[in-house]
Amino acid sequence: MKCRNLLSFLACSTFAFTSTAAESVSGAESQGRSDLNLRPGVTDISNQVYDLHMLMFLICVIIAVLVFGVMFYSMVVHRKSKNAKPANFHENIKVEIAWTVVPFLILIGMAVPAANTLIDMEDASKPDMTVLITGSQWKWHYKYMDNDVEYFSVLATQQEQIKNRLQKGENYLLEVDRPLVIPTGQKVRFLITSDDVIHSWWVPDFAVKKDANPGFINEAWARVNEPGIYRGQCAELCGKDHGFMPVVVIAKEPAEYQAWIEEQEAIAQRAKEEEQRLLAMNMSMDQLMTQGKKTYDTVCAACHMPNGEGLPGVFPAIKGSPIATGDVDAHIDILINGVTGTSMASFAKQLTMSEIAAVITYQRNAWGNNTGDMVQAKDINAAMNGKE
Amino acid sequence: MTSATDTTAHVDGEHHDDHHHIPKGLTRWLFTTNHKDIGTLYLWFAFIMFLVGGAMAMVIRAELFQPGLQIVEPNFFNQMTTVHGLIMVFGAVMPAFTGLANWLVPMMIGAPDMALPRMNNWSFWILPFAFLILLSSLFMEGGGPAFGWTFYAPLSTTYSGDSTALFVFSVHIMGISSIMGAINVIVTIFNMRAPGMTYMKMPLFVWTWLITAFLLIAVMPVLAAAVTMVLTDKFFGTSFFDAAGGGDPVLFQHIFWFFGHPEVYIMILPAFGIISQIVPTFSRKKLFGYASMVYATASIALLSFVVWAHHMFTTGMPVAAEMFFMIATMLISVPTGVKVFNWVATMWRGSLSFEIPMMFAIAFIVLFTIGGLSGLMLAITPVDFQYHDTYFVVAHFHYVLVTGAVFSIMAAVYYWLPKWTGKMFDITLAKWHFWCSLISVNVLFFPMHFVGLAGMPRRIPDYALQFADFNKWISVGGFAFGLSQLIFLALLIKACRHQGESVSDQVWDGAEGLEWEIPSPAPYHTFDTPPVVK
Repeated sequence: MKCRNLLSFLACSTFAFTSTAAESVSGAESQGRSDLNLRPGVTDISNQVYDLHMLMFLICVIIAVLVFGVMFYSMVVHRKSKNAKPANFHENIKVEIAWTVVPFLILIGMAVPAANTLIDMEDASKPDMTVLITGSQWKWHYKYMDNDVEYFSVLATQQEQIKNRLQKGENYLLEVDRPLVIPTGQKVRFLITSDDVIHSWWVPDFAVKKDANPGFINEAWARVNEPGIYRGQCAELCGKDHGFMPVVVIAKEPAEYQAWIEEQEAIAQRAKEEEQRLLAMNMSMDQLMTQGKKTYDTVCAACHMPNGEGLPGVFPAIKGSPIATGDVDAHIDILINGVTGTSMASFAKQLTMSEIAAVITYQRNAWGNNTGDMVQAKDINAAMNGKE
Repeated sequence: MTSATDTTAHVDGEHHDDHHHIPKGLTRWLFTTNHKDIGTLYLWFAFIMFLVGGAMAMVIRAELFQPGLQIVEPNFFNQMTTVHGLIMVFGAVMPAFTGLANWLVPMMIGAPDMALPRMNNWSFWILPFAFLILLSSLFMEGGGPAFGWTFYAPLSTTYSGDSTALFVFSVHIMGISSIMGAINVIVTIFNMRAPGMTYMKMPLFVWTWLITAFLLIAVMPVLAAAVTMVLTDKFFGTSFFDAAGGGDPVLFQHIFWFFGHPEVYIMILPAFGIISQIVPTFSRKKLFGYASMVYATASIALLSFVVWAHHMFTTGMPVAAEMFFMIATMLISVPTGVKVFNWVATMWRGSLSFEIPMMFAIAFIVLFTIGGLSGLMLAITPVDFQYHDTYFVVAHFHYVLVTGAVFSIMAAVYYWLPKWTGKMFDITLAKWHFWCSLISVNVLFFPMHFVGLAGMPRRIPDYALQFADFNKWISVGGFAFGLSQLIFLALLIKACRHQGESVSDQVWDGAEGLEWEIPSPAPYHTFDTPPVVK
């Protein structure tokens, strides 16, 4: 601990030469969060990583000071303008061997602690619980393997803030609708994969960054020491909205976590029952259009744009498209199965049947697509599960 | 190091006129097989591409000046980062080094021209078409490539636009051009050295380029393979990188970085050569440890083939592989360190003066070393998990590529320009260019270390509020650095109009080597009869 403080002091005194820097530090949100340096984080591993980082940084600073010191001394003293006469030496075997061997020894000194930490980090065995994390353009899906709970987690920042029409909030771009919740003090294993392109799940405070590769599953783990809210982002370029898929994790005390997960199971159960109830009901055109617009703006508009015109050459328009104005069954099929070989994913998992029904109705009647078609949840159920 | 006893180029007589006739007009440049003309073409092309790629960087920095989306849409932002990277790597840095090789290798080894002059013409003239194709894709419906210059699959295959085909084609042409340029350098150095110019007497610029040329021939076909697989995956239904068809998206990264890491050294080894020419001249002292410089260059080149996966630590490799690539990567710092120590030892107890090329060379040594040290930090796998794909990486590779490779190219231009034109460049403008560039480039790239460590990912068009202060400064530095290059443009235009004071043959009083023994400006044809090197 003493060592860390000393190193931090050194880092800060090296870094803090701008007033901006000093201001930013005082404005940092929570303890341990720095705007200048890596954060120590809240797991034993992340603390080890931070110590390694500071050790490396210190060694690099020492090397730089020595090498540049000699060079600057030479630049001041051995100047032609001071009538310096050039010496005649141009090789020295002893010196040359020394400055090959000494850096080599320094490297061994760096590699040993690094290797130890690395072995700890990659040992995801014997977890207390497991979460399956699936990235897709541009959201995360969390599935608790030990409970019947799964949900999507998407950016919660309003478009108005991004478009500079509203004041930006404190956690601008680092907030989601439903964060991942995990217990403190337990070894949580993350299984990480993707449904489309490569994403990377990164929480700096856990020192966990692992790529989500489509078709493959990666492992990582964290044992969080302190309850709190921890924010990160997707770290691998994954297309247009790569900058807009944050990761938020809430760590709760085990008892609180237990209560939370049980509540979630109950909510999931109720939602299933509600879904069944809605299947028997017909919604009115107004209800469908209102619900549909809400779903469209949060889910579809990222690619197909709020005005339904898409991005020419990248994402097709829905306004006036043959799909949205033609056969209803083909339209439903695209939403529940996606289109192979394109960015259009299946939404059967992310949306409820009534939401799919509403959004299809909305797409078929908005922006002058006035087909007059109404799609009900039971139509979606029929398409997904066969006719009753 | 070397000296010529018989430079017949000195006695160019009237009777040589038919030989020394310089064609006029556009056809001179289109049909030229003269290494000096082709060198000039390469250098101007590289500089134009540097300005084009720089303009794209200005778009990026303008968007990132404040949080929120102001100027461009995310999709266009991604096209800018992608094409900026491709242009700077393949259009600016690599052609500039090839241009320098064309001008200097024959003059340094006492050869009359490059060994394969017609291929030399071709390898240049396909380049403008490659970049026309790439740039024109930006105007297609859906825009140009938006998947990053590293074009990771499946973002570049299943999920990319139709302009991918143009991207693949243009990368193929760039690769063909580079391979032909590399063959030319190797054949020239192997076969056309003047009598007495043994390998261990060759100037270090020649040595580093020889090794670079072998790297190019080794890895450009790997890049060609990668883009071809992307093409067939996207358009012809293959599944090299698609797990659904039995492929693996991570395979793409292995192939790409097997090209990509040696590529990094392709962009820095010639820079080492340039600095090793300039530092002894202005120290008025022989280069310290010539032989160890050659061996260090060769070891860096060899090691560069076994470190590629350090770009991929987060892809989920086995621990053993992570260990191997960590240690192999750390090892590279040993020969690189040797180079820096040798330059400092060359300056030690020399008789230093600080003309413009030396100022750029010293800036190179300091700033490249900073980039090298952050590279050493990135090599440490467990910490790399935190640095990877953040602005810390962006800071690292811009320190080695801008204040490294680009500064070395500028140093080289200032060093040899008087030899090429016969006139001293405008020193006042050059000083302005140096100081403006030096200050702005650090305002631009140094704070990137901080935002990266604080957690800002790269390749994002918008960012969280705690990164706002630094990003503002980074953008200011970026605009200033961009504008500073217009000073360089003005200086180069003046130089090409042959304004300025005439210079002596040796130009710099400590300069040694064959190129300083021919007249200034260097005649259109040099070393018709080879000099003899003692």
